[in-house]
Amino acid sequence: MHGPTPPPALTVEGVSYAYGSRPALADVTFTIAPKTFAVLLGLNGAGKTTLFSLITRLFATHSGQIRIFGHDVARTPGDALRLVGVVFQSRTLDLDLSVMQNLIYHAALHGIGRREARRRADELLTQIALADRAKDKVRNLSGGQMRRVEIARALLHRPRLLVLDEPTVGLDVQSRADILTHMRALVAREGASVLWATHLIDEVAPGDDVVVLHKGRVLAHGPVARVIADTGASDIRGAFARLTKISLADTADEAA
Amino acid sequence: MTTDVAVRTEARFSAPQYAICLAGIIWREGLRFLHQRERFISALVRPLVWLFIFAAGFRQVLGVSIIPPYETYVLYEVYITPGLIAMIQLFNGMQSSLSMVYDREMGNMRTLLVSPFPRWYLLSSKLIAGTAVSLLQVYAFLFIAWFWEIEPPPIGYLTVIPALVLTGLMLGALGMLISSVITQLENFAGVMNFVIFPMFFASSALYPLWRVQEGSPFLYYVCQANPFTHATELIRFALYGQINWISLAVVCGCTAVFMVGAILAYDPARGLLARRGDRGGPA
Repeated sequence: MHGPTPPPALTVEGVSYAYGSRPALADVTFTIAPKTFAVLLGLNGAGKTTLFSLITRLFATHSGQIRIFGHDVARTPGDALRLVGVVFQSRTLDLDLSVMQNLIYHAALHGIGRREARRRADELLTQIALADRAKDKVRNLSGGQMRRVEIARALLHRPRLLVLDEPTVGLDVQSRADILTHMRALVAREGASVLWATHLIDEVAPGDDVVVLHKGRVLAHGPVARVIADTGASDIRGAFARLTKISLADTADEAA
Repeated sequence: MTTDVAVRTEARFSAPQYAICLAGIIWREGLRFLHQRERFISALVRPLVWLFIFAAGFRQVLGVSIIPPYETYVLYEVYITPGLIAMIQLFNGMQSSLSMVYDREMGNMRTLLVSPFPRWYLLSSKLIAGTAVSLLQVYAFLFIAWFWEIEPPPIGYLTVIPALVLTGLMLGALGMLISSVITQLENFAGVMNFVIFPMFFASSALYPLWRVQEGSPFLYYVCQANPFTHATELIRFALYGQINWISLAVVCGCTAVFMVGAILAYDPARGLLARRGDRGGPA
């Protein structure tokens, strides 16, 4: 059972999910290696948010298995969840509380005491250039600043896997670029893994891994260069177009 | 750093860490309470309206005979005070659980549930935090009521605390259970009509049950079966330094049932949360 290699940061194995009779995910399988920036690429409605809800155990996985550094999310949720930092698509900061209060609350939810929380929060806020806003109410921040705070919050308990669901939705070009740069630097510096869900193809960088999710199915996954080569396209945009088109055409004869 | 063992378990949370988690949840609930001044004011105005207006109007209509725990004739205002205290807790319990789900606050429930602590512990902590807030509201109410000549014995202010903790937990757990299982009641008005008003009116909060029995034997049994009646009676007796054992048993039993129900309802394996998430969670 136990291989000599360390377990992947994230293993999704044969996961299917349906809302009543409406299928959302069908036999989704992929892995993310440690120290990888992986982009989960899919259009709206591809099943990205459902997949995130399963990874973070908001929903139970009915078929298939999800493991985080080898910890089964269904069987040992505590061990799995403490290794994960989450940024949800919808805003989840408490608008009436200050930035620091939000961070201290989150730290408490991970068993981190106030003094240590404050120390880590100061450090993270400095990194995202918001140290001077620590005492401000979240309500008074801009959309991009809130996102940065949410990312800082997700990093407070020093997770080894960070999952972000459409973190750049509603942000301007500059904020998007800043956040992406910050996340890639994090992977390089701390050796954390990132699963970054987006529908924006231009957020994929050549050195990333990519998982193409379309209508609840994984059409391709692996290093960007390999996915491009496998589809015979010239870039990831072309590869995505070919992949999703294939899936539209092959419903008749050959299923993937 | 990495070893060749695939499943590497890090140290479990220690007892102090559990305490940090609970303290953090209570602290946040308290902060929110202080920041939402409208919520505090409306929590206070609601029972005061009943006390100042409704009770004043009814004091001539409804005479209250001497029934335990009272040793003398009491004014109608004095009679309904325990019921109003329970109402404060009922509203608070419904509000803190329901707002979490119905408003944009769904996000806060998510933040709570992705914490690595066991889910039963997180939900219990949330309930304890809500109960703590309801205690603040109750004492603010009792303070103002004191000027209105609602003067229970001084010791009653202490003996009522354990009763308030129990009833607060029971009503909070009820709110949490309702928030998880009922999908039809889309807003607070629905909950008012179908939960809060029936519970409040079909109870001993506004009239002694022996009077209800004279009017409608059937309603009398409904009131007897209503957990809110027992919450009210538990508070009423405790406020006069006494224990109503039957109410104590009913409240304890209901608290346990509602809490287990709420914890099961928020168990991802039951899928209730998922069903809700499908309806409007991931915006």
